[in-house]
Amino acid sequence: MNKTVELTNKRIIASSHEKLGQKNRMDQTYTDVNDIFYKAEQTPSFLTGSEVIREAIKRASVGTSVAYPITPQSEAAALIGEIYAEGYLDEYFRGESEFAVMGQCAGAAFGGHRVFTTTAGPGTLRAMENFPMWAGARLPIQVCVTCRGINSPLSIQPDTLEMYYLLETGMLVWHAETAQDLFDFILKGFIVAEQPDVHIPIAVCCDGFFVTHTKDTVELPPLDLTLTPYDPYRNPQPVMDMETSPFRMMRDPFVMKSNYISYATHASWQQEIRSAVERSRKHTIPLLDGLIDEMNTDREILIVASGTAVSQSREAIRLLEEDGVKVGLVKIKTIRPFPTEEIKRVTKNAKHIFVPEFNVVGWLAREIKSIIPDNERVYEGPHVCGGMTLPCEVIVEQIKIHLGMETEKLRM
Amino acid sequence: MSQYKVLPGPEAFLPPSAASMGNVLPDPGEAYIEGVVVSEEEAYERAARKILGAKVPTIFPGPLVLWKINPHVAEKATALRELANEVPMRLIPMADYRPKYPKIEAQYEINPNHPNLTIWHNKIDVCIFIGVHCHMANLSLKIIRGGTSCYTIAMCAMAGHEDACLSFRDADVAMIHKLRESIKKLKSEGVESQCTPFQQFKMGRTGIIEQPA
Repeated sequence: MNKTVELTNKRIIASSHEKLGQKNRMDQTYTDVNDIFYKAEQTPSFLTGSEVIREAIKRASVGTSVAYPITPQSEAAALIGEIYAEGYLDEYFRGESEFAVMGQCAGAAFGGHRVFTTTAGPGTLRAMENFPMWAGARLPIQVCVTCRGINSPLSIQPDTLEMYYLLETGMLVWHAETAQDLFDFILKGFIVAEQPDVHIPIAVCCDGFFVTHTKDTVELPPLDLTLTPYDPYRNPQPVMDMETSPFRMMRDPFVMKSNYISYATHASWQQEIRSAVERSRKHTIPLLDGLIDEMNTDREILIVASGTAVSQSREAIRLLEEDGVKVGLVKIKTIRPFPTEEIKRVTKNAKHIFVPEFNVVGWLAREIKSIIPDNERVYEGPHVCGGMTLPCEVIVEQIKIHLGMETEKLRM
Repeated sequence: MSQYKVLPGPEAFLPPSAASMGNVLPDPGEAYIEGVVVSEEEAYERAARKILGAKVPTIFPGPLVLWKINPHVAEKATALRELANEVPMRLIPMADYRPKYPKIEAQYEINPNHPNLTIWHNKIDVCIFIGVHCHMANLSLKIIRGGTSCYTIAMCAMAGHEDACLSFRDADVAMIHKLRESIKKLKSEGVESQCTPFQQFKMGRTGIIEQPA
């Protein structure tokens, strides 16, 4: 970086929206995100992850939400339908398929609405063509991905493989560990994604069932506060019509041309989307208190994880500590942008790096291996898939085996 | 700290975006010169010197200052014309973003998909982007850096452009006036404009209405 992004003042540039301080039809006051999180009194509530999504959307000044009944396996889409009936959203309807939903979301976003939807598993993959389209068209739509299995035979169990498919779509991809993360990431995600220098879609991911269906204590700001609305005049692209790009570009012969000018434009366009992801760091670091959380990262053994694998790792570290094995922990909050410099820094002195994951391929371990020196230090696992849980004892066992320590064989 | 300098090209067949090289945009009250975040004051001085030292300094006004969508835009356009007259600078509009077919009239227009053609045709050595939507400005700035030796200045109303050689952020009417004042100050100190003589063409809603002799 040519300038250090400070963490000391946990604020991003305050909203200057003309509706700041005004009331909406639900008698909520449009409030700057900094004030919602750092000034307002937070009240603990005991909620499922799906209910947390509903509570976040109540405070997010969302214009449109589109739902498809099969996905996600969470109740979030139905719960958002209920708050639409109460008056919290302007538009809410059912799409004909996940593909249709994402196209309808694009239409609403082109029209200037803040847009939220949810999906999971096969639905995410069915809708996949739309995600790079959203990014290329600079649409700051938020999709909450409540991760589940994507393969046949069909599974509705948690599995993070679908996140791997999202990594190069040009979207921001954040991974919530807890219901509290999920609430915070949804609201903060809108703010980061809608910055004029970012202005790309965001996938706020969480592990299905573990987060969506279990209850947890979540600190909520007052319901009479809501984010300032989306401001379409801060869009880095002109409002859509058939005479302006990206649509005009698509219907012109330009898109089909085989010449340097055409290539250079398309290449620069792709670079610009990746640049937007990079620019989001500046806004994300103060709002999320860094792209990673770190605990005892001066230790020789580290666990680096995201999502609920972090929670399991915390308990595994406690168990290992009882056996005299000291392990540090790195929690990755944003997968895109990937916290490259942060990971390089915290793993600098580690001799063994374990990456527990809820997917069959171990994509997070690959990501880490690709950026750090001496990457044979990275142990890809333990990872489970197909909806299996990842007991902390398994993490303990794998670490002990890898380190050549004696361990009691686990019986399943 | 990033060592990536955003300098006039031609840089590469496909130069990297400055953001991908770790360059960060300035915060309010700051500006950006060749990859380094600086104070706004420093940027006014540098921009004024670059503009006065150029043979073909040119402003590329985009749709956000060309079309009077509100009274503020008209004020901004007036300020821009005053800035152009002060140097003097050419004005070549980027009226919209459609690719131009069968060919661009490079003397009278610039397009974000092939801005290098206009730069080359007019031998523009310093340019100012203003009123261009950020996405389109970023495309243009990188293509210009890739294929031309033009020094790019962005007067961005939003967060700035790290692909410009020099970028302001939150640029409003007052900031345009301030840049003009910086130019006037340098001129009063004896710095002369190196601009080659030219006649500004005039355009109406139907296209060119007055061509230079």
